[in-house]
Amino acid sequence: MKHLLTPRAILLASAIALAPAAYAETPADTLVIAHTIDDIISMDPAQSFEFSGNDVLQNTYDRLVDFDPLDLEKGFQPALAESWEVSEDGLSITLKMREGITFHSGNPVRAEDAAWSLQRVVKLNKTPAFILTQFGFTPENVEEKITFDDTSVTLHMDKPYAPTFVLNCLTATVASVVDKETVAPNAEGEDFGNTWLTTNEAGSGAYTLSQWRANEAVQLAAYEDYFQGAPAMKRVIVRNVAESSAQRLLLEQGDIDVARNLSPSDVAAIEGGDGLKVQDEPRGRILYMGLNQKDEVLSNPAVVEAMKYLIDYKGIEDSFFKGMFVTHQAFLPKGYLGALEDQPWTYDVEKAKQILADAGIEGGTITTKVRDLKEYVDVAQTLQGAMAEAGLTLNIEQMTGAQVLDAYRAREVPIFIGEWGPDYADPNTNAATFAFNPDNSDEAAATGLLAWRNAYAVPEAMNEATLAATQEQDADKRAQMYIDIQKQYQAEAPIVPLFQRIEPTGLQANVQNWNSGKAVSSVIYRQVTKGE
Amino acid sequence: MALTDSDTGARGNPDTGARGATPPPSPDPSHRRAARRRRARSIGGTLLSLILTLLGLLLVTFIIGRVMPIDPVLKVVGERATQAQYDAAYQAMGLDQPLYIQFATYIGDVLTGDFGRSISTGQLVINDIKRVFPATLELATLGTLIGVFVGVPLGVIAAARRGGIVDQIARVVALVGYSMPIFWLGLMGLLVFYGMLGWVGGPGRQGIIYDGMVPTVTGLILVDALIAGDWGALKDAFSHIILPASLLGYFSLAYISRMTRSFMLEQLSSEYITTARVKGLSERAVIWRHAFRNISIPLVTVIALSFGSLLEGSVLTEIIFSWPGLGQYITKALLSGDMNAVLGGTVVVGVCFVALNLFSDLLYRVLDPRSK
Repeated sequence: MKHLLTPRAILLASAIALAPAAYAETPADTLVIAHTIDDIISMDPAQSFEFSGNDVLQNTYDRLVDFDPLDLEKGFQPALAESWEVSEDGLSITLKMREGITFHSGNPVRAEDAAWSLQRVVKLNKTPAFILTQFGFTPENVEEKITFDDTSVTLHMDKPYAPTFVLNCLTATVASVVDKETVAPNAEGEDFGNTWLTTNEAGSGAYTLSQWRANEAVQLAAYEDYFQGAPAMKRVIVRNVAESSAQRLLLEQGDIDVARNLSPSDVAAIEGGDGLKVQDEPRGRILYMGLNQKDEVLSNPAVVEAMKYLIDYKGIEDSFFKGMFVTHQAFLPKGYLGALEDQPWTYDVEKAKQILADAGIEGGTITTKVRDLKEYVDVAQTLQGAMAEAGLTLNIEQMTGAQVLDAYRAREVPIFIGEWGPDYADPNTNAATFAFNPDNSDEAAATGLLAWRNAYAVPEAMNEATLAATQEQDADKRAQMYIDIQKQYQAEAPIVPLFQRIEPTGLQANVQNWNSGKAVSSVIYRQVTKGE
Repeated sequence: MALTDSDTGARGNPDTGARGATPPPSPDPSHRRAARRRRARSIGGTLLSLILTLLGLLLVTFIIGRVMPIDPVLKVVGERATQAQYDAAYQAMGLDQPLYIQFATYIGDVLTGDFGRSISTGQLVINDIKRVFPATLELATLGTLIGVFVGVPLGVIAAARRGGIVDQIARVVALVGYSMPIFWLGLMGLLVFYGMLGWVGGPGRQGIIYDGMVPTVTGLILVDALIAGDWGALKDAFSHIILPASLLGYFSLAYISRMTRSFMLEQLSSEYITTARVKGLSERAVIWRHAFRNISIPLVTVIALSFGSLLEGSVLTEIIFSWPGLGQYITKALLSGDMNAVLGGTVVVGVCFVALNLFSDLLYRVLDPRSK
């Protein structure tokens, strides 16, 4: 042991240790991203429903229709399907396949692949399957309802759904087209290749999946034969870096090009930094307050009304939510068809007091459960202070996300503070959960509906309006219907949308055309370039 | 052979226990046989108790995991799932079975080498472990080496020159090591050595250009790079591991140096040391040849324990340095009710502790002349 500690050995060791880091800039054709990607549990489009998983699948697979990464506001655009036609009765949509596209395997992309991909989603019936099954497909009937011929796929639906609704849903990751000839031979039992696709990829997207090391890294390689042109970035590496400050350091050192989970203070530091920039994008998530109507105090409409004035929207937005959320008081996020930007409520304790006094309410105590996430706890504590001023007592119990979720699904969270992310790029995704609850009884166990979780008996007229909007053939009229629903919602609902998520991304100044997917999609890499 | 010996000894003849305990003053051969049998039985007993320990560990982990108010099904199907999807997954995961059947099924699978599939990574647990454990092993080993090679001499010198300058420094070092939050120290280390000075690599096990370039043999990147003879990759991996390893090393150093010091002080106040000094032995010989040799046995235990606790993975260090190790893996699995992954990780940690115990037992035999 003494032998090992000779001065020479020490010198040698420290020389190796102190050698400067070899590298300070990522290769010109490689995009390196730091992101929290420990939520990925499957790479099968029929199963993946996690943010990071969808981020990958968005790029490794194509869909029949898709977004233009340079202009998401245009909505769905032709992709693997070059055109589509709605039948006169509105019950079926026929999508004509683009010719000459090949999967990464070299197999041609056929109408048969597209139909099989959608059918397997319905038959597997994993979590995201509802995005397709809501059009009346079941494992039993799907082979008759989704048909194909040499050049096109046809969806036969149970009702004349709005074309915008159907096509918006086809942009979702779950509607990705997989290579039947590659996947089918890898099926185990009745799993349609689900186990195999969990860790493998069989798409036609701009990137191929070269490696996925769970909780560690995802590597993508450019697909040179991509039908919209080979992407500029030949390699995309996403590394799991959980800590915001570590992401910032990596970005400042030039070891990464993109940092996707920066805290407000790190964003502020980077904004002033040399050679770095920050891009803010509104995302789809809505932070809301759910007031459970099973609670004695909260079931009083006056309390619900008063609560809307006890949130310090501006104060929160400008302090601890700075650069992370903006005030948004309707359930459709900005960027969606029919989004409403009205903001009827401000922070006004006096008004809240007045509303309570007029209704003859003198105090009340509520004990609620809040997920131990800083953002939610901060909002809850701010609310606690405001409620105290208005004569209401709020007790907060902090718990893990899973514990709160369990209680929430059992309708046992009096005041829920948390986020809701839309499931697909159509307004129905939020309307159907915020403003739809046909059976408010405990027995209904509609645990997926936010309205049910908060025991909000949605008025019959609103339930009907939400359903009617899914069948409106005219896009403009449809948008107006959603605006009307949201206005009525603001007037009476005990579920109060508060903020919309803003996602800041830290970038090297030379990274161009970065797109995290805004409110409607997932991250898209193929248009990203790196200048000088 | 030792195993068979002990088996027959323990089961075949109920008398052996008593006879072994009081060996008759008989001629040599039978005495030796008795001694051998005794040793064999002690090894067999150790093995048995190890297996029971592992089983008990698994059982306790399993029960804790199942009574935790976390629903693993939700992790699989997501919060948007319908009741039918939920029920299907619930059954597919075998959660409708009574707990003891679930546990028995799990143990049965493990005995055939099947650790199941993790629900939080979607991969086979065995593959996950093959990936995360080497990361932790590499870090813990380097950390412990640093802790031993700095901590032991520091402790010895501090004891030999009690109250001297080295002793004072050692005290401060240990105090800081005990009291500093590792999270803060890690971030500061990154900020200074990576951010400001650029001496070391940033978070992660490797730089981007070397990522995936070295063929995986052991999973220990330093070793794999050596095997591949890729000096660039070796240097890169070293520049990434040195900071987190030093950090862990610092904490084990704090512990090891304090323990070494107190062991040494105890020895140095013994009469045999006084005798040695009176006989005119040099101070160096007194300290290293006499006192140090006597503390080597408890020191082995201390080092083994400290190594073992590093092998569990240090969650905070792993998070700060984006180190894909066992600590993060188990913690994350536990928080999502992913029992297969938790139990798989527990087995690994358990086996490590058991192996370390056995190893230090063996070392005792080597180091302690009385056991010969």
